[in-house]
Amino acid sequence: MPEHQLNPNKWIDLYSDYLFNYTITRVNDRDIAQDLVQDTFLAGLKSMKNFKGEASERTWLISILKRKIIDHYRKINSNKGKAEVRITYSDDESEGDWLEERVADPFDKTAEDLMQNSELGDAIFECLSKLPEKQAQVFRMKTIEGYETEDICKELNINASNLWVIIHRARTAMASCLEENWF
Amino acid sequence: MVPCDEAHHVCDKTQYKESSFWEKLKLHFHLMYCKACRKYTRNNKKLSSTIHKAKVECLDKKCKEAMKQEFEKALKDQLK
Repeated sequence: MPEHQLNPNKWIDLYSDYLFNYTITRVNDRDIAQDLVQDTFLAGLKSMKNFKGEASERTWLISILKRKIIDHYRKINSNKGKAEVRITYSDDESEGDWLEERVADPFDKTAEDLMQNSELGDAIFECLSKLPEKQAQVFRMKTIEGYETEDICKELNINASNLWVIIHRARTAMASCLEENWF
Repeated sequence: MVPCDEAHHVCDKTQYKESSFWEKLKLHFHLMYCKACRKYTRNNKKLSSTIHKAKVECLDKKCKEAMKQEFEKALKDQLK
């Protein structure tokens, strides 16, 4: 019995940041990331009838996005792969002749950091998606996008004390969610 | 004496650098005797630093609006 329904009208509001953050940490180009996210939504629209309702809407959209990202990598790699790669094995100045010394360390600190940060970003957005829409929106605008209190109040038509109550609830929920899933 | 929910409020504002010197002072004294709020403050700071470390990215409003317009068009075409 399918549990989940699709609701495309809310996709961009609910998932665009999550999908974008997922993509940008793996693709490193804002414009390409935006395009991939939009392509994912459009592809999701086209294959709505294939949705079986077993996975959640977000999991389903992420799986479409992952395939789009893989296709993107295939495209850019096929352009590179045609060029000839020449490696000079001996270099008079350096001591070691072994190839191992010349290959970049795949586990250097920056690569590891990047990977962990992208997973952390995913965890943050996962927790954010568990919040009620209003809380998620206010928390995102204030904490991630860095809007001023006044601007958020104007935009969402709430007053400052509403905002702080919402922020308080959102932060409490986010902190406990991250405690469970990350720390 | 500052009640706990006021302490939470100042703690939240402090995360966004929006609390005043006096508010922070009052919070500081409250934390000296309130273990629960010390825990709240600790978790709150951890949340802030985690988000800062993650450098999460969002789409700006204009971009989302543009995406929505394109998407709505596709949605309409689909229903035809």
